[in-house]
Amino acid sequence: MAIIERPVPATVAGPVAPTVTPSSSLGVFRRPVTSSGWTSWVFTVDHKKIGIMYGVSAMVFFLVGGIEALLIRAQLAAADGTVLTADVYNQMFTMHATSMVFLFAMPMAAAFGNYFLPLQLGARDVAFPRINAFGFWSFLFGAIFINTSWILGGAADGGWFMYAPNSGVPFSPTNGIDMWAVGLVITGIASQTGAINLIVTALNMRTRGMSLMRMPVFTWMILVVQFLLLFAIPVITVALTLLIFQRQFGATFFSVDAGADPLLWQHLFWIFGHPEVYILVLPSFGIISEVLPVFSRKPLFGYPFVVFSGAAIGFVGWGVWAHHMFASGLGPVSVAVFSVSTMVIAVPTGVKIINWTLTMWGGKLVFSTAMLFAIGLVVQFTIGGLSGVTHSVAPSDTQQTDTYYIVAHFHYVLFGGAVLSFFAGFYYWWPKVFGKCLSERLGKWNFWLMIVGMNMTFGPMHITGLQGQPRRMYIWTEERAGEGFFNIAFWNRISSIGAFILAVGILLFLINVVYTHRRAPIAPLDPWDARTLEWMTTSPPKEHNFDSLPTVHALDEFFHRKYEDVGQGDEHDLRQVATAEEILAEQEANADHHIHLPSPSYWPIVLAFSLPIIGYGIVFERVIAIVGAVILVLAMFGWALEPSVADDSDYDPPEPEPGTGLATVGSTA
Amino acid sequence: MSDAGAGRPADEKTPGEGAPDLGNEPADTTNTVTETIDEIPMGGVPEPGATPTVDTGEERTHLTDMPEETADRDAHGGDAGTTGISNNKLAMWLFLGSECLLFGGLISTYMLYRGRHSGSLGPDQIYDLPFTSVSSFVLLMSSLTMVLAVSSVARGDIRNTKLWLCITALLGATFVGGQVYEFTTFYREGLGFTTSLFSSSFYTLTGFHGVHVTVGIIMLLALVGMVSRDRVTGDRSEVVELVGLYWHFVDIVWIVIFTLVYLIPA
Amino acid sequence: MSTSVSEHQHPSRGEDLAADEFGEHHHGATDKQYIIIALILAAITAGEVSISYIDVGPLFLPALLIMMVAKFVTVVSYFMHLKFDNRIFTFLFYLGLSLAVFVYCVALATFQFFSR
Repeated sequence: MAIIERPVPATVAGPVAPTVTPSSSLGVFRRPVTSSGWTSWVFTVDHKKIGIMYGVSAMVFFLVGGIEALLIRAQLAAADGTVLTADVYNQMFTMHATSMVFLFAMPMAAAFGNYFLPLQLGARDVAFPRINAFGFWSFLFGAIFINTSWILGGAADGGWFMYAPNSGVPFSPTNGIDMWAVGLVITGIASQTGAINLIVTALNMRTRGMSLMRMPVFTWMILVVQFLLLFAIPVITVALTLLIFQRQFGATFFSVDAGADPLLWQHLFWIFGHPEVYILVLPSFGIISEVLPVFSRKPLFGYPFVVFSGAAIGFVGWGVWAHHMFASGLGPVSVAVFSVSTMVIAVPTGVKIINWTLTMWGGKLVFSTAMLFAIGLVVQFTIGGLSGVTHSVAPSDTQQTDTYYIVAHFHYVLFGGAVLSFFAGFYYWWPKVFGKCLSERLGKWNFWLMIVGMNMTFGPMHITGLQGQPRRMYIWTEERAGEGFFNIAFWNRISSIGAFILAVGILLFLINVVYTHRRAPIAPLDPWDARTLEWMTTSPPKEHNFDSLPTVHALDEFFHRKYEDVGQGDEHDLRQVATAEEILAEQEANADHHIHLPSPSYWPIVLAFSLPIIGYGIVFERVIAIVGAVILVLAMFGWALEPSVADDSDYDPPEPEPGTGLATVGSTA
Repeated sequence: MSDAGAGRPADEKTPGEGAPDLGNEPADTTNTVTETIDEIPMGGVPEPGATPTVDTGEERTHLTDMPEETADRDAHGGDAGTTGISNNKLAMWLFLGSECLLFGGLISTYMLYRGRHSGSLGPDQIYDLPFTSVSSFVLLMSSLTMVLAVSSVARGDIRNTKLWLCITALLGATFVGGQVYEFTTFYREGLGFTTSLFSSSFYTLTGFHGVHVTVGIIMLLALVGMVSRDRVTGDRSEVVELVGLYWHFVDIVWIVIFTLVYLIPA
Repeated sequence: MSTSVSEHQHPSRGEDLAADEFGEHHHGATDKQYIIIALILAAITAGEVSISYIDVGPLFLPALLIMMVAKFVTVVSYFMHLKFDNRIFTFLFYLGLSLAVFVYCVALATFQFFSR
């Protein structure tokens, strides 16, 4: 998708800053071509800015979900808790999970993916930059839409998996579930369009010499995740649509007395839901597959195995969904089949754990904060994976299901998996994105408090779960609490204290961010002596990423440009032949003269804005939906008719006031 | 590894302080590692005070982007960094692949619920096979006219492109009209959206399909407009092909729906 | 998986449009061939409808499904040009299709849909 060429000086020392004057788009509105200020963020199509916005938004919802969790733990800290009523408790755990899964983990992976996929591929942006922007704004508006339900009658309260018929109007009469369903359709659109975008980018926009098996593992995992999203989002869209039609239009898809089968919802939800958990965790596997080699001073052990096992997990993950339904009455044949397939999927995951461990084995380990989080993931995720294997055995799962043992499992894999990896990614890539390294001292405290907090919170849940404490119960009583070592009163209290310790750990991260912003010095270009292409840019990267797109000759191209192997035969003897600064300087010396970048645009955010309007219309007042639909159609046409890059005249200096008598220089209107 | 400023050129911006001190051993300038495990000694660090230069000597061949390599990439994608196919077309096929899961879910819901109705208003009683067969034939022919439109635009034959696009839109509108007629007839016969599980599933499935056809018609008409303003020439003629792909997909979904929903008795 | 087969180099299978010196995306069927294909599709449709009226016994369902698949594959391969385009498109589309058929058939199977 080549675009207009703007002549760029031969050596590009800093970002090229076009001047402000917008001109026409559709003859009515002007293109927003500013390069600073809030408009340069709101109308941007730059994958890096979009990535940062995804990350910031995701962090906000992490805190929202975290507060929801702390309220839950406060309620369960003692017997007969009075912090939350039963009704509010239902909303709390539903929204905690919804926020964490859909509004934190997925967008945070999108943040890392959006920022680093083009950089790791040696590209200047994604394949469809406006669609990328649209995806972000749709996500944000959908996320806000869902959360407005708190003040519009009550949030959704059926659990994040929203089982029917409990999700029906008779059991949940407020608008919470409607807003939940419509909001998730909106965020689903964001994921779907993002998936198409990143797949095309990874397949079509790799730099010269980068074959698929020379892509970094992080890129590979993101690519697999996009395929999972591409095929899984439509399934939940069907489920949500049926639910909306049931609640809004009186359809009886999940009404038992009309002859419906509630298992239909469960199948549709979990056919999405199981690939969804791999969507949540594979980007994390990708991040630590980047971090571990760098801080082990060794290449990743068994790159092809790590890549293929990632693809295998993505593929086999489509065949295991009914392990979430072992106790639903499927029947012994179905249960047996899914039990076996679930055991199978432990294999490729185990392969990865082995490869990561062997990467560290014999390496010169550097225990930076990023590395601590990465090692933490290997340990914590393994624990979660082991409890997962116990779930795959259907008879034992029948005891575990719907207890806190399951809650323990998925928090170990999600917190120990996704969350720890995001923090590893923060500490690893912060200098690249923001030009400064996060404080390692604060980072270590951040890490240890999170690890202690996490294990204190979720470890005891294995015990309380096996003792029979059910999920989604707003209260527990002394007489049911049991005795001795297994007294759930004791363990619940430990969990609640652990949750607050965890919160302090996360707070330390936020303090670290502020401290770094204020006090930390500029970081070197390559503080970790890294291996992949994103480190071959300035920190932060220029708007066009690379002055000249690198040619790739091997996996870990950047590493091989810095170090040459002068060993004889089987021996490896690595000698540094260049520094990051030298490599960057050479790239700048060979800068391309014409760099193709698409222009910012209004249409993505306008189109995205129409979606929650339609949403409010569906839930509250149908007329509003019509208004929203009109905006949608107009925005689509506006977008389709707008060229992907603004006219040259957009970049001209402003016209002088009429009557001043100055000649206009350089305008090409 | 940047540790405490060792080995960095002195004129660089505060590199040492910016890098966290991770407690590493200092740079090892003698390469003593001879094991087979990949280890990275810190050999060959440049002298302090040296400015970064680009040395194009043999030992640095990895660094230099040879001028020849910056020449045009093989237009057919032979450089392993790309598939060589159009981004837009790839995106459309990915989208169509995902739509299989959307319609699959709706079709499965229908298949599960097709028998759940009161005895008098079930599929066997209410469907008008001759009418729907004609409707299906109309949609099928619209695929033909669509493909003729794509072939015309590839030839640069603008007049026929517009003609075939219009006919395709017309046939599509006829199909949608037929659907509307069918639905209103069923409704008058007592089959409303909420009447039974069968009716809800039926209307949802065929309604989704009908909306997809309608969106297709709008795109076709927009294309006619663009073709009239001469905005669909050369490279840009691909957009006709992409709308065509969408249109054919809508047709093949109907091929499946017609068979599974209408022709198989309950 | 980096197959860089360009459309330009794909075997034409003897069905190229006449005389195009640019050689791009001009293989496939001619207009006349498209019309013939459409007539075949119409004939198959007629076949499908007629076996709803004629009693063919246990052959009914298999015959119907085979005809449906034949029409489906024909439209996809010829009208959607999949047969003549880069194999990546075929892979991606049939990946989605197979996944859909697989998961939904398995789900329906758990409802004993196929054992009636």
